[in-house]
Amino acid sequence: MQPFIKHTGLVAPLDRVNVDTDQMVPKQFLKALTREGFGRILFYDWRYLPGEKPNPEFVLNFPRYKGASVLLARDNFGCGSSREHAPWGIKDYGFRVIIAPSYADIFYNNCFKNGILPAIVPAADVDELFRRAEKEEGYALSVDLPAQTISDSHGFSCKFEIAPSRKEFLLKGLDDIGMTLEHDAAIAAYEKAHAANAAVMHDALDVKYYSRPS
Amino acid sequence: MPPKTLYEKIWDNHVVREIPGQPAILYIDRHLIHEGTSPQAFAGLKAEGRKVRRPDLTFAVMDHSVLTTDRSLPILDLDAAKQFDALATNCKESGVPLFDMHSKNQGIVHIIGPELGITQPGQTIVCGDSHTSTHGAFGALAFGIGTSEIEHVLATQCLVQSRSKTLHILVHGKRPKGVTAKDIILAIIGRMGISGGNGHVIEYGGEAIRALSMDGRMTVCNMTVEGGARAGMVAPDDTTFSYMEGRPFVPRGKEFQDAVARWKQLRSDDGAKFDSTMEFNAPDIAPQVTWGTNPGMVTSVNSRVPDPASFSDPNDQKAGESALKYMGLKPGTPIVDIPVDRVFIGSCTNSRLDDLRAAAQLVAGKHVSKTVKQALIVPGSRGIKAAAEKEGLDKIFTAAGFEWRDAGCSMCIGMNPDILLPHERSASTSNRNFEGRQGRDARTHLVSPVMAAAAAIAGHFVDVREFDVAHVE
Repeated sequence: MQPFIKHTGLVAPLDRVNVDTDQMVPKQFLKALTREGFGRILFYDWRYLPGEKPNPEFVLNFPRYKGASVLLARDNFGCGSSREHAPWGIKDYGFRVIIAPSYADIFYNNCFKNGILPAIVPAADVDELFRRAEKEEGYALSVDLPAQTISDSHGFSCKFEIAPSRKEFLLKGLDDIGMTLEHDAAIAAYEKAHAANAAVMHDALDVKYYSRPS
Repeated sequence: MPPKTLYEKIWDNHVVREIPGQPAILYIDRHLIHEGTSPQAFAGLKAEGRKVRRPDLTFAVMDHSVLTTDRSLPILDLDAAKQFDALATNCKESGVPLFDMHSKNQGIVHIIGPELGITQPGQTIVCGDSHTSTHGAFGALAFGIGTSEIEHVLATQCLVQSRSKTLHILVHGKRPKGVTAKDIILAIIGRMGISGGNGHVIEYGGEAIRALSMDGRMTVCNMTVEGGARAGMVAPDDTTFSYMEGRPFVPRGKEFQDAVARWKQLRSDDGAKFDSTMEFNAPDIAPQVTWGTNPGMVTSVNSRVPDPASFSDPNDQKAGESALKYMGLKPGTPIVDIPVDRVFIGSCTNSRLDDLRAAAQLVAGKHVSKTVKQALIVPGSRGIKAAAEKEGLDKIFTAAGFEWRDAGCSMCIGMNPDILLPHERSASTSNRNFEGRQGRDARTHLVSPVMAAAAAIAGHFVDVREFDVAHVE
């Protein structure tokens, strides 16, 4: 994973509470076999009119927010479905940072697996950032993960929250599967001590491996 | 030893490694996978040259994109077909048992786990699906994960997790007739909001929860995630044990008795401390209907569509206005005046035998309204479908004008052809009324199975308590 240390970029404000992951990547795009290419369809129903014509009323289609890499959002961002396609889309679109007062648990967790920083910022500061981003064209923010600060070029600065373990994870761009596998002996010992956990099938079940009729 | 909550007991039993102040490595007892969120996890595993550590603790099923119509026909959706191919190949190569779309045991992943006895008290259970919270009804710690975490569990049979806060929700008293588990959980979410449970694991208790069947408890735990909590649980009791006995993966004979003795320890100790507690009175709960675009936008059937201007928070006002615009509703409209175009009884929330029995009792001898375009009954699993047919429920439904379908996620997520057309309005027993979820510009109202059945008959929402609900579970 690419480490995250500092980032400066254009801010796009998405002024809605409870944005769910169904809005980020709708159901018809969940049939992909890879993690790539979800940026084009991010916020599909809001972003496109029928026929995939860009909806001029949707904020990400405003020319002034083209190239944004910091997404400013409201409370409970990413609620609903566990689909990791949502952060894949956020990242593929070009966002490296999300700023919101709160996130839904599964989405928050999924962001870290993809090198996205979901910064938790007090609601009053988020309000102020919305005012500034909407007022000034080209409004950019600098995000400093080691210092846990967000600042603009006009003197605004605020802190954001992040657990120390999550911070380290992003700073170092760690591979968490590899880290867990370093504890293979402990996992094996746990398995030995809990051998009774085995799944034992007492009735024959209809296990079947579908193959497409040729 | 200080008293512990059920959550703490299960957590402590599954710690492989924990350093204070840091996330723990937690062992996962059962990993359920489906075609929708697993292909990238297997691809990642292969790219790193890693193997599935415990295929014997991993169970796969096809549910999200399967047809609920005739499965002997070719699959016209090529993307869906490719996902089925990928799941079958990945499972076969790694030795994971798969219940494919033709298996007699196929069904929605959260339906078949309990049905086959894979789900057991005290386990940690994960799946790449937020409604994994369903399995908590057995006193298990069960939660949804993303695809990177699926890959993590496939490779290590563990997850790196931080402890959640605990929320105790007590539902006192007796449920009135016509008020179901679905109404209880919708009323809970209506009060706590869709983010009220963020960061928490919920344990449900109280007389009204204890009185629920396992099917009802699963409905409550299923929708826990709609309140923001990743997991909900109910301590196991005799209702749990009698549901489990004899199921394929449940121990038999003396081993079962020993297991029950162990499972009986799985309850929060007297004096165990929860981070917070909420209390509800079941007699005060009326049948619920959502009016907006998330499950927290809900009200009683005998009330009216609210006026967002009356909300205190400006963000909620804006969200409420936007929801009413999307839903095509005006403030002050009586809920019972809202007509429905389609009715869907199904999903991992409400497609179990109790749900189908209750709906069948209500529609027996009646007929779907002429103004309703389609009324679907989608059993949660082929096992449930067979059991319902044995009782003759399919005949009752089809005689009343409902379509009797094969098992799958269907019109809850609309990854198969079961979707709503733009601006169509549905009464649905599913779990999410998000914008576009059941089809672009689709308008979904979440209700219980008996409320959905009654809406199908009347053509609009009705207070099911005005029907003969004497026998309704």
